[in-house]
Amino acid sequence: MDNLLDRALGLDGRSDRWPLRGKLVLVEDCVETGGAFVIHHIIKRFLSPQSSAFSNNSLILVAFSQPLSHYDRVLRKLGCNLVAQRDNNRFLFFDMLNLRFPDREDAKIGSSVLVSLFEKIYNAVCALSAENSCITIVIDDIALMEVVANGSSDSVLDFLHYCRTLTSEFDCSVVALNHGDIYSSMEKPMLMLNLEYLSNILVRAEPLATGSVVDVHGQLMVFDKGERDRQGTSGSKIHNFHFRVKENSVDFFYPGGRG
Amino acid sequence: MAESICRALRDGALEGEHAPALTIKDSIDSPLGFDVFAHVLAQLSSHILAGKSQSRGLVLVAFTRSPSFYVNLLKERGLEVNSSRKWFHILDCYTDPHGWKDRIVGRGKVNDVTKEASGVSTLCKDVKDTDKLCSLAIELGKGFIGEGKGRFSFALDSVNEMLRYASVRSVARVLSDLRSHDLASCVFWLLHSDLLEDKVAAVFEYMSSMVASLESAVPSPNGLRISLANLSLTEQNFRRARFSVRFKRRNGRVRLMTEEISIERSGITFSSVSTDGGTMGGSILPKVQFNLQLSEKELMDRAKVVLPFEHQGDGKPIEIYDGRRSPADKNNEAAATMQMTDSSKGEIIYLRDSDDERPDSDEDPDDDLDI
Repeated sequence: MDNLLDRALGLDGRSDRWPLRGKLVLVEDCVETGGAFVIHHIIKRFLSPQSSAFSNNSLILVAFSQPLSHYDRVLRKLGCNLVAQRDNNRFLFFDMLNLRFPDREDAKIGSSVLVSLFEKIYNAVCALSAENSCITIVIDDIALMEVVANGSSDSVLDFLHYCRTLTSEFDCSVVALNHGDIYSSMEKPMLMLNLEYLSNILVRAEPLATGSVVDVHGQLMVFDKGERDRQGTSGSKIHNFHFRVKENSVDFFYPGGRG
Repeated sequence: MAESICRALRDGALEGEHAPALTIKDSIDSPLGFDVFAHVLAQLSSHILAGKSQSRGLVLVAFTRSPSFYVNLLKERGLEVNSSRKWFHILDCYTDPHGWKDRIVGRGKVNDVTKEASGVSTLCKDVKDTDKLCSLAIELGKGFIGEGKGRFSFALDSVNEMLRYASVRSVARVLSDLRSHDLASCVFWLLHSDLLEDKVAAVFEYMSSMVASLESAVPSPNGLRISLANLSLTEQNFRRARFSVRFKRRNGRVRLMTEEISIERSGITFSSVSTDGGTMGGSILPKVQFNLQLSEKELMDRAKVVLPFEHQGDGKPIEIYDGRRSPADKNNEAAATMQMTDSSKGEIIYLRDSDDERPDSDEDPDDDLDI
């Protein structure tokens, strides 16, 4: 059964093909309102599709912040078995947690880590694409990737640029999580702005303007910039609704209502 | 006004002058810059293909979109890039700007383009080398004219991406070299102003003969970024914007024009700025609650009014001078009026002034006041 987030992202079964193909989705959150549940929801939708047309989906998860066991536990509660998907070669997990961080003074090594990471992703995408798979690359998260790159936002942007070329070359989707409040003290948060320019869909999780409430955990904005069709239409749409994260699911509802 | 820009690029460089250069500038608040860039690209391409422009060909330096995207963009506008005459080429700085894919798959095997785009694109695998990038773009341009005479144009879809790879000085030198090349007809580029310091954006504006800025149709109170606090404004700003263009003339004069731009089903449209209470075309009437001008009916009624002293009330036919008869008629009438005067009585002879004349533009109606 689809919900408001599915409708906002186009995951409500209106299309036969994965609606996020060829798109870069940026999820922004903050300390008060985590956005990881959006990533989990997209993974669940992608790997456990309602339509048989999606049976050839393959997901690559690049994890800088959590081990596989964490994602497995969370997704199982949502009804998705990551281990089984991995055994079926439908789920690839790149564990970046166990990297030895490079010397602080040598920025080049940090950049080369991302180059080798891209090499692995590119080879995996080429192999999966040869099997006519629909591929989604999930990156969790960009802030930690910047740490791996020794604080070089240019290296991170280069990496994301190359991931974006995969959306045009292989029709992949790229979904990335970033923490907006890390850059909130900057007058011009360049990395954040660059990411917002790059993304096709922006999902932002924020606390309620009125403060914290027991039964409403925050609000989501989903901004789909739209795409150009033959007539040149923009078709940008903004959706805004509240959410409540429960043990095995997430409720989405409009302000004042319940899902 | 957008037509003026496209016309200036179409007409190209004058002998002994640098090629006209256009900066298209936007921000996250009003991110329609790429739509304008695509529109200008399509318009210039159309002129080139039709043989109506000074330029014989266009080199597009692509950083943010794939060659296939641009080929499809032009194809959807009826512009065939793979025609018998070579007129369009893409310097592909998008697919593999640092050579990462080249190292993975081996030399010469990187291919992110469709078959259609492969014939009109050249891969650039080291965008940090701006000198080489500039030379490559010029060589591609020369390929349009061969041994013959002619000029060619350049388009760069992101100055910001160039600035990530190279210094401001290097990028400025590239743009300056392209603009000042003997065979350059015109150059235009896109930049996002909020990704640059103001002084850096100013560098590229100074180099331009035209600067087209996109600003929010409705200013956002949150400044730079998309915000939950102003969702409807954000959505509006992705469809509409204020489009201001600064033209720098050779004599140093700067002319500023403004339009509204909107993205609609039919594509991008440009329209005059609508103001509250004012008229289109830049009327200087102040915005007040009452009319300062007369309607047609009011003008006619005023003309029919008989002013005091225009009739003498002595039984004779009322002779009214309306200022429209010939001078001969006026003299005869005046003479007749004088002849009929009884010298023993005083009377007022009133000759009506001609119709109201509008004051000269620099005339102050209060000049004759002796205050």
